Amino acid sequence: MPYRLSRQGKGFAMTEMVLSGDEAVAQAALDAGLSGGFAYPGTPSTEIMEYLQEHLGDRAGTGDADGGAEQGSVVESRTAMRVAQWCANEKTAYESALGVSFAGKRAMVSMKHVGLNVAMDPFTNSALVKIHGGLVVVVADDPGMHSSQDEQDSRVLADFARVPCFEPSDQQEAYDMTRLAFDYSEKHEVPVLVRLTTRLAHARALVTMAPAREVADRGKCTDRYSWILMPEMARRRWLALLGKQAIFKADAEAASRLVLGSKELGVITCGLARAYYKENEDEWARAHGGERPSHLHIGRYPVGAEKIRALVAHVERVLVIEEGYPFIERDVRGIFGAPVPVAGKMTGEIPPAGELSAESVRSALGLHAIEGSAVAGIEVPGRPPQFCQGCPHADSITALKKALEGEAEFFTASDIGCYTLSALPPWNAVESCVDMGASAGMARGAASVGQKHAIGVIGDSTFYHSGMTNLIDAVRYRTPMTLIILDNGTTGMTGAQPTISGTSQLPKLLEGLGVEKEHIRVLEAHKRALDTNVAIIREEIAYNGVSVIVMVRECIEWLKKARKS
Amino acid sequence: MTCDIILCGVGGQGGLSVSVVIARAAMASGFVVKQSEIHGMSQRGGEVLANLRISDKEIYSPTIPKGKADIIFAFEPLEALRYLSWLSVEHGTVVAATTPIRNIPSYPDIESVLAEIRKLPRARLIDADALAKQAGNVRSANLVLVGAAADLLPIPPEAIEHEIVALFSRKGEAVVQANLKAFAYGRSIQHG
Repeated sequence: MPYRLSRQGKGFAMTEMVLSGDEAVAQAALDAGLSGGFAYPGTPSTEIMEYLQEHLGDRAGTGDADGGAEQGSVVESRTAMRVAQWCANEKTAYESALGVSFAGKRAMVSMKHVGLNVAMDPFTNSALVKIHGGLVVVVADDPGMHSSQDEQDSRVLADFARVPCFEPSDQQEAYDMTRLAFDYSEKHEVPVLVRLTTRLAHARALVTMAPAREVADRGKCTDRYSWILMPEMARRRWLALLGKQAIFKADAEAASRLVLGSKELGVITCGLARAYYKENEDEWARAHGGERPSHLHIGRYPVGAEKIRALVAHVERVLVIEEGYPFIERDVRGIFGAPVPVAGKMTGEIPPAGELSAESVRSALGLHAIEGSAVAGIEVPGRPPQFCQGCPHADSITALKKALEGEAEFFTASDIGCYTLSALPPWNAVESCVDMGASAGMARGAASVGQKHAIGVIGDSTFYHSGMTNLIDAVRYRTPMTLIILDNGTTGMTGAQPTISGTSQLPKLLEGLGVEKEHIRVLEAHKRALDTNVAIIREEIAYNGVSVIVMVRECIEWLKKARKS
Repeated sequence: MTCDIILCGVGGQGGLSVSVVIARAAMASGFVVKQSEIHGMSQRGGEVLANLRISDKEIYSPTIPKGKADIIFAFEPLEALRYLSWLSVEHGTVVAATTPIRNIPSYPDIESVLAEIRKLPRARLIDADALAKQAGNVRSANLVLVGAAADLLPIPPEAIEHEIVALFSRKGEAVVQANLKAFAYGRSIQHG
């Protein structure tokens, strides 16, 4: 939780707050005159939207999240129309943000790293349009995969789309860079990507805020050809984007910070890597006659070459420290090789996988490891996450397991959500977890080439996000498969955000997609209904067509949250 | 001066709110703080870990380097063992609750867990649940632990009491009083 400080009698300004990286980004967007914030929940980015909703609400003008007044009823002016909304997925969120920009107001879309994959189409193409109201794309990467299925590096995708990328190194910079990103976006008519990583997003420190500006409103874009990406116009826009690269590079170069010190070692840090380096810098200096390494810090991309060249010309060897891929390191090494030895992820001085730490950077700097305490006499077992006490998913998975007892052939494809925990003992219930919506598509694909009893297991939120379209394919080809939708009304794993559409809407939607009415079965996800549920799952698995079983009960976490408020 | 604190436990124990109490009290006492925690999967009954760094100068790393922690607050005893490699060999202290949460099949014998903790040069094992019950609210057990290490923190106890009041006041006077009492009971424990 964010908090203000009450330091009595010390003249402590109200413009300072203790904020996480996520909260600092959200506060910066509010202070930058944001009108539209859009997101789909995803660790470690979720708290950005939660913070925005506390301040704006999801209905314009009400300042009230979830269940405020009807749209438009209390809105007085265009300026007062400010919203912060959860969306069906990252792509829809991104497109809403684009609309806000076209309307001339400031927009932010936030997501986790893999969310950007879902939004890649609008993201890459929005680099070509003439951004009008400032558009900031915040992507929180999860190196180390604390709560993710890969550790992709969003700086690479910013480079791919040819858009500027800002990478803060602490909470203060998360605030400052997000403020700047809005101005930069409007000035250069381009989206700006702000990249966070887990430890920045979820760590808290004191942030000094700048005075808030008024809500930005430039009026609707009047240059429609700059937004119509038909080939003729798109070619012009692409050249315009390429033409801006030199400016982006020069600005990034000016923002990077070079301090020449020791000739023995040059260190290049990017983003949060600076914190782990600075943690160890004093000790390196003590071990080297008091002199600090020469240090170049990079916080913006596309990166320029001048300061890197100046650093390399000054030192005997270089260490590159960055969170994620060896993105800068690969440039520094180049095809023809750097003039001095380079250490980093590509040569293993920094571990190529996982997140950085003060220890791994310490070791890369050649400092001796610090011994910690140890236990000798006992093995400490892991304590993996598990279903909450009374979780409806546990009852649904029990029913599914029981229904499959004695079946020699089946395929249970799962998806991204709390129910993925059923992959672990004691459940051992599902066989795949790849990406949002994949359960439905993989079950369908397998069934279409002869896999018997192909079952997709998916949450309601994930179904709306990316599962629906797979079901349309299944209906079209009448693929014999069963989709089990675990409908708990929330996105549970990220802290119980409400699903985009209510439980009562789901059967109607399924019918509309073309699933036969008699094969849409709505069940109560509760152990008291176990026998009925097992029988019905068996029935539908045996059906030679598309069937959907909706297992309904509210998320326990959501109930707890609702009781609290 | 730096004081690096690891707070660990099991999802649902409320360890993160204790971290906020100490952090606020430290800042109100003029220190710089940095707090780090992991959300997401770990909330579901798994291990929960928070790092709290307090210093009189700028703090860099959001996480405490291995071997550098001054205090490990373990709201569950097995979790104390999990993070021992972060504990400073020279001066680190483990302050652990004795009540196990056995939500895994392979939970070791509790006596051997406690024996491992006792082997450390500086360990304080506290029956925090019992003292919290006496204080009137079993959910205040975490503050018993904070009280039991109040002498190790660079913060005046009054500052912590002030933040307990500030943080729990919206939950009513009874909760505030129980938490203040829990903190006081923790402070009154004599350490050998």
